[in-house]
Amino acid sequence: MRDQLKSLCALLLIGVLAGCSTTGGEKSATGEAAVEDRSITTEGGAVSTGVAGSGSFAGYSLDDPSSPLSRRVIYFEYDSSNVGAADQDLLSAHAAYLAGNPGQTVTLEGHADERGSREYNIGLGDRRSQAVRRILELHGVAPHQVNTVSYGEEKPAAEGHHDVAWRLNRRVEIVYTGR
Amino acid sequence: MRMIFRAVLLYLTIGAGAAPAALTIEITQGMEGAMPIAVVPFGWTGTTSDAPENIAAIISSDLSRSGRFTPLPDRDLVAHPTAAEQVQFHNWRMLNVDNLVIGQVTETGAGGYTVQFQLFDVFRGKQLIGFSFPASHADLRRVAHHISDLIYKELTGEDGAFNTRIAYVTTANRGEQKSYTLLVADSDGYNPQTILNSGQPLMSPAWSSDGKRIAYVSFENKTAEIYTQDIASGARRKVASFKGINGAPAWSPDGRRLALTLSQDGNPEIYTMDLASLALKRLTSNAAIDTEPAWSPDGRSLVFTSDRGGAPQLYRIAASGGQAQRVTFEGKYNAGADFSPDGRKLAMVHGDGGAYRIAVLDIETGLLRVLTDGQLDESPSFSPNGSMIIYATGTGNREVLAAVSVDGRFRQRLSLQAGNVREPAWSPFAVD
Repeated sequence: MRDQLKSLCALLLIGVLAGCSTTGGEKSATGEAAVEDRSITTEGGAVSTGVAGSGSFAGYSLDDPSSPLSRRVIYFEYDSSNVGAADQDLLSAHAAYLAGNPGQTVTLEGHADERGSREYNIGLGDRRSQAVRRILELHGVAPHQVNTVSYGEEKPAAEGHHDVAWRLNRRVEIVYTGR
Repeated sequence: MRMIFRAVLLYLTIGAGAAPAALTIEITQGMEGAMPIAVVPFGWTGTTSDAPENIAAIISSDLSRSGRFTPLPDRDLVAHPTAAEQVQFHNWRMLNVDNLVIGQVTETGAGGYTVQFQLFDVFRGKQLIGFSFPASHADLRRVAHHISDLIYKELTGEDGAFNTRIAYVTTANRGEQKSYTLLVADSDGYNPQTILNSGQPLMSPAWSSDGKRIAYVSFENKTAEIYTQDIASGARRKVASFKGINGAPAWSPDGRRLALTLSQDGNPEIYTMDLASLALKRLTSNAAIDTEPAWSPDGRSLVFTSDRGGAPQLYRIAASGGQAQRVTFEGKYNAGADFSPDGRKLAMVHGDGGAYRIAVLDIETGLLRVLTDGQLDESPSFSPNGSMIIYATGTGNREVLAAVSVDGRFRQRLSLQAGNVREPAWSPFAVD
């Protein structure tokens, strides 16, 4: 029980953390400075505000913007499908929700940055969405709840031909379907 | 009466508003040693004041786009002969043009025309070739391209590719929504025709070897699916809609099979599909990404992209399956191959030092040559005569197409006035 509480605490922390980084991420689409801000906010501000903000252990709601479940984008390094430690925790929150709501389904949309060949990038997006799928299934989500699609470089989240945009475009979006 | 005419005109304009914009082609790097040639405006005999098409201008533009010729500008033409007996060869010798093209267009009634041309060797003062073609109004541009092919063949010994087409994808923003359009146009950018328009991505157009059908990937159902479409009728058929990736279609040279990428078994693998039965045969079996199959022109093998060695490189496998052999070793990134029509070269996206450029590999010697100097060049496609490679590149924040001669010396850009254009695929020679 105590372990569960601990992990829920951790999840809430990540939730706040995620809130910060998501906001930063949206800002950063317009300029480089905003993205630099993102990592500072994430590492510096998250711990203190996170603890203060956490209070309730009630089940997460998909529609609550302060819930970790409101964060639905996982980012990746160049030519990589490795999911970082923080994102592993975020995924376990989504997995917990999905396992508790077996009627709920998600589509994992895999994306790549624009560099290189388009169909190879479809392959990269697929590999990323498969990596996320495996983590969800490892945490108890039934295979039939998870659908994947790779858009490669076809649907960038950020326009532009530079590192800032590329970082935002290498991603998997968790899309709750059939709600 | 006038009012009625206006109303009709207005109606037509609205209809024409849906017609896609044509690509404009500009030559960005000329070729030294291109042959000087004079193409004199063709004579016209008909009921209207001007000929329905400027045949000489079409020929002149074709020859210029090939990179092999420098047509004399109109203002430098010393005379305007339209028949052999009017040609004074010494005038043209003084201008140092090697060859001279003259011709005539004659209206034959009922919307019919005759186009006649002659090609002369200026220094020897003799005709090399001369032909006459009947043509309908709709055929006039094709006849002009055919004349360009004949001139090109006569003077270079190689087949011209002027009577061919290109397929490409354009994107435009419509409010919040993106619009994707797959088009086919003449190789000089004229006559663009929409194959498909969608609010979801369209990818990877591929021509059948007879030039009559196109395969492509559409996300119109929020998942990747492969369709084949008859260009003339617009009739289409969904051939692959498996779980996961359905991508990178490539027609076999005999038109009976499609090579494609499917991830239905967990990760991207190369398959071939018999188009009559839709039966699949899996060629690769590897935990890596295997994708972008390209058939060798003899149909015996395929080259594909795989990162089985840690980074994407090109590999070759027999069409019947078996062991794959690596074919690229230079550079950290080689992907998206296209075979030259003679099967001796491979064009590819070559990444090294952060830039992605188009390179050509001589398969026998292993020599790799980088042809372009962009940062994000992709989607190379050989012209059917093997002389040029068309590809996608960026300029500023816009996506445009470009073409480069296989020796890298001659370049041109193909762009739209507004919007982005990508994924060019050059058609084979027309079979008709």
